[in-house]
Amino acid sequence: MNVIFLGATKGMGRALARLMARRGDQLYLLGIGDDDLERSAADLGVDGRAPAGVGVCDLSKPEAFGAALDGALAALGGKVDAVIVTAGLFAPQDRLESDLELCRAVLDVDFTCTVLFCEEAKRRLLAQGGGVLCVFSSVAGERGRKPVILYGAAKAGLTRYLEGLDHKHRADGLAVVTVKPGFVKTGMTAGLKPPPFAGEPEDVAARVLGAIDRRRPEVYAPAAWGPIMAVIRRLPRFVMRRVGF
Amino acid sequence: METISGWGRIGAPGRQKLSEDLERLTDGAVLCRGLGRSYGDSAIPPAGSPEVATTVLADRILSFDRGTGLMRAEAGVSIEQLNRRLLPLGFFVPVTPGTQFVTMGGAVAADVHGKSHHVDGCFGEHVTRLKMRLADGRVVTAEPDGENHDLFWATVGGMGLTGHILEVDVKMREVRSPWIWQETKRVDDIDAYVEALKDAAGKFPMTMGWIDCLSRGANMGRGILMAGRWAEPGEAPKRYPRPLPRITMPLELPSFVLNKLTISAFNFGFYWKHLPREKKGITHWETFFYPLDMIREWNRMYGKRGFTQYQCVLPDSAGRGAARRMLELLTSRGGASFLCVIKDCGPQNRGLMSFPMKGISIALDIAVRDDTQSLVDALNEKVLEEGGRIYLAKDQFTRPEHFREMERGRLPAFLEARAKWDPKRRIRSAQSVRLLGDPA
Ligand SMILES: Cc1cc2nc3c(=O)[nH]c(=O)nc-3n(C[C@H](O)[C@H](O)[C@H](O)COP(=O)(O)OP(=O)(O)OC[C@H]3O[C@@H](n4cnc5c(N)ncnc54)[C@H](O)[C@@H]3O)c2cc1C
Ligand SMILES: NC(=O)c1ccc[n+]([C@@H]2O[C@H](COP(=O)([O-])OP(=O)(O)OC[C@H]3O[C@@H](n4cnc5c(N)ncnc54)[C@H](OP(=O)(O)O)[C@@H]3O)[C@@H](O)[C@H]2O)c1
Repeated sequence: MNVIFLGATKGMGRALARLMARRGDQLYLLGIGDDDLERSAADLGVDGRAPAGVGVCDLSKPEAFGAALDGALAALGGKVDAVIVTAGLFAPQDRLESDLELCRAVLDVDFTCTVLFCEEAKRRLLAQGGGVLCVFSSVAGERGRKPVILYGAAKAGLTRYLEGLDHKHRADGLAVVTVKPGFVKTGMTAGLKPPPFAGEPEDVAARVLGAIDRRRPEVYAPAAWGPIMAVIRRLPRFVMRRVGF
Repeated sequence: METISGWGRIGAPGRQKLSEDLERLTDGAVLCRGLGRSYGDSAIPPAGSPEVATTVLADRILSFDRGTGLMRAEAGVSIEQLNRRLLPLGFFVPVTPGTQFVTMGGAVAADVHGKSHHVDGCFGEHVTRLKMRLADGRVVTAEPDGENHDLFWATVGGMGLTGHILEVDVKMREVRSPWIWQETKRVDDIDAYVEALKDAAGKFPMTMGWIDCLSRGANMGRGILMAGRWAEPGEAPKRYPRPLPRITMPLELPSFVLNKLTISAFNFGFYWKHLPREKKGITHWETFFYPLDMIREWNRMYGKRGFTQYQCVLPDSAGRGAARRMLELLTSRGGASFLCVIKDCGPQNRGLMSFPMKGISIALDIAVRDDTQSLVDALNEKVLEEGGRIYLAKDQFTRPEHFREMERGRLPAFLEARAKWDPKRRIRSAQSVRLLGDPA
């Protein structure tokens, strides 16, 4: 399938892009650094199908989303089956509280900008009769939790938006896949102490690819986080006030 | 205080910083670290500057030429990833150590050797270019015969002390099938073992063996010799070898579990399992190269105090009895070693501090006990007598005076190279503090 991929340079995006290139999907990479995108494209081409191209698209600059998507679409011969967004920003709660500039950037990128990017992608997917829009949100958006209040709020908003989009457009052929990773060992979480059930990007990638192929609206990854979140979602407030997670 | 350790799990103060972007990560860094498979303190930062730059997220292959096998990779790419990605295309690393969980950076810095040292030399001999960040912040390239060749050969085997490796170009080997033809043989004692090893080296590109270091007297050093080569397409199965299942050592075993009795029992079983004197046939490459990788985190087996690996090379000039004398010393000291691996080494290469030299290499795993320091001291004195040296990638106990004595011929050139490329000794490790007197 033809895929426009925002965020394939690192972490779970890198792992998912490798899996897709290896099975023969035709990718087009969007991201920030020109040179870095080329290095990722080269890596994918070693044992997989080389991407059709790379293009600059900074998730914090919505005015350029349309042009970036059009460039990608053109490079893919005018046909796209899936748009994937793994790009995102994270910072620990204490840093976000003490640095309001950073806080604003995280809220902007993870919510407003991601939503605006999805709006642009959605229009293009619908125009050609549908496809898959797969976006990485987070389990952090499921409950108000002390270590991820601000980041989690942005992801909560994103999750709700994606859910609504899926409800509205399934019938039109557009499936929206919301990915909710638990703790995954990537550069994003490198400074944090991994909890039990911390996952590897490769495990997430395999699971997410299955969800994309089956057009599942929601996927927890790694799998263990499904049941864990089922419990956390049901914890009464007086418990949530007491626990540290 | 956070702690960090080598594969031997002897902790020291330290923490890791990770990033995909090695140029940024290594700017001002005191030391690089790969997958931490060196046993001792070579990938541990000095106590006074306890943050080490861990490269494992930088795992992209930047180019690969299927015609020539030339590959360029970021320093954090592991041999495991290369095997997974390139063996299906018919390529394998030119040299591999006994674990595939090592990075390109670690493979160059330790100039690792494998079962094929007598024909292929070390890893560094197959590297055609390094991209490095120097202590003064510059980013340069170094080649074996071209630009900055002195830096290149100081870095190969230089244990990370000459600069941070960002990218490695290496010539991968094309193999005719992804299977191994292996022949194994039970050998009765250490002298016969060394004979058989040297003999097999003439016939096979890959040899190594395991010996029982607990049996004494006539049986001392009995063992199993393994030799192999890549199989020809005609003799190998048509299918691609499936990845083997892996299990994880679930917990740290209490220290008393590994004692003389259990180790003897293990060795006895291993030896007699090989009931026919000789066996031959096709085997899986993972079984052949990486038997220890089947159990993830097997190092937890040694309990809280951890363990060390003692590896030395004894030159041919020491004579064929050298291995026996080494074992005699070990048994007389009551040192129980779970694993004793003896390999054949070819000539020393141009790497200023590269470990192997013409002779045999002996590697022993030793659980840490109260007397470990004095055991290592005694082994080192023996090695000095025999004219050998130790492998820094394994070491955590050697005294600086022993080390300097073993390396008196080579150390001056290495120190000179360091003085040129890092005059302020900004780049250093817990090991270089211990052995070279670097500032902590
Ligand atoms: C089970 C097992 C079997 C082994 N068998 C063998 C064997 O057969 N032959 C053999 O030679 N070795 C063997 N080893 C040792 C291992 O190959 C080496 O210690 C190797 O260096 C480990 O690589 P690493 O990526 O884990 O590096 P680390 O252990 O993290 O680091 C090792 C050294 O490399 C330096 N380094 C790492 N990355 C960089 C970089 N980017 N730039 C500069 N310096 C860097 C570090 O500073 C340190 O000095 C074995 C180890 C184990 C655990
Ligand atoms: N890791 C976890 O435990 C975890 C848990 C829950 C949810 N998530 C979410 O899962 C997604 C992937 O996480 P990860 O851990 O794989 O992250 P990562 O390793 O930090 O990778 C993030 C990716 O996003 C890109 N990116 C960041 N800001 C961007 C911008 N402004 N414009 C364009 N691209 C940008 C990065 O590109 P550059 O290379 O240019 O920086 C990188 O490719 C994120 O949305 C994250 O919030 C992660």
